[in-house]
Amino acid sequence: MIAHAVVFYIFSLIAIVSAIMVTVSRNTVHSVFFLILDFISISCLFIMIGAEFLGMIMLIVYVGAVAVLFLFVVMMLNVAQQKNEWFVASDSSSHIPIGLLVSLVIFSELLIVIGGWKYKAELQDSININLNLNLTNTQSLGSVIYTDYVHLFQLSGMVLLVAMIGAIVLTFRKRSGVKTQSYLRQISRERNEGVELIDVETKKGVKIDA
Amino acid sequence: MLSIGLGHYLTLAAIIFTIGVVGIFLNRKNVIVILMSIELILLSVNINLVSFSIFINDLSGQVFTLFILTVAAAEAAIGLAIIVIYYRNSGTIRVEEIDSLKG
Repeated sequence: MIAHAVVFYIFSLIAIVSAIMVTVSRNTVHSVFFLILDFISISCLFIMIGAEFLGMIMLIVYVGAVAVLFLFVVMMLNVAQQKNEWFVASDSSSHIPIGLLVSLVIFSELLIVIGGWKYKAELQDSININLNLNLTNTQSLGSVIYTDYVHLFQLSGMVLLVAMIGAIVLTFRKRSGVKTQSYLRQISRERNEGVELIDVETKKGVKIDA
Repeated sequence: MLSIGLGHYLTLAAIIFTIGVVGIFLNRKNVIVILMSIELILLSVNINLVSFSIFINDLSGQVFTLFILTVAAAEAAIGLAIIVIYYRNSGTIRVEEIDSLKG
């Protein structure tokens, strides 16, 4: 139990510090690195609490895909060297105290909700899917996803497909001056557009450009 | 203090959620950091769902965490695409200079 507590405090401390560094670090690339560290420590927490499938999925999806996507965009847009003007007094920074106040209120509200929350006994009776302790986390998740939640699962696949198509459509542009192949024009070309038959008289030749 | 319960995980999620909200409110840099703050907020929601799912012994929370993960990945892809085309059109993604809707 003590080891559990120590590991929890270590990982949550790393997560909180790196989350702070995501928002305040001066370099955007450093922000992405701290975001990766945050995801890794939270997925370690997930694995520790017993949700090992989600922890691994978070490692694959976030660290392997999303964070690398962020890194690509940051490096592609050349904004890494933009300096962070954090708490710099300018005329447009009058919303900083109000923003801090609102965030403080949100945090205290969340803490009040957690502190006043009672572990309700009837909440345990209202479950419809029980965890079978003989199965692993991955097995039980799989047996639920492909049976009870199969429509939502396929819908989430559709969400990913639409996101992929949307990203491609958004960033697609036609460049001018690039020679490309037009299949439609190739296929719809007729014979009389491309070939012309000319009766050539003897010893006179033909002017092609006429 | 030494026995880690549900409240510890909920407090951690609350702290990370608030850090994400602060990152959105007080951002003076570029839009990519705002997207990263949104990712932090979704992460804290995931922590809430997973810890409730473990402590209540119900698997639905983890299933919904999986779906939130999907939606977060799609949202990051679309948001970054929008940022890329905005940078291509206007040459900047600084928050102060994106003010065409200010009127």
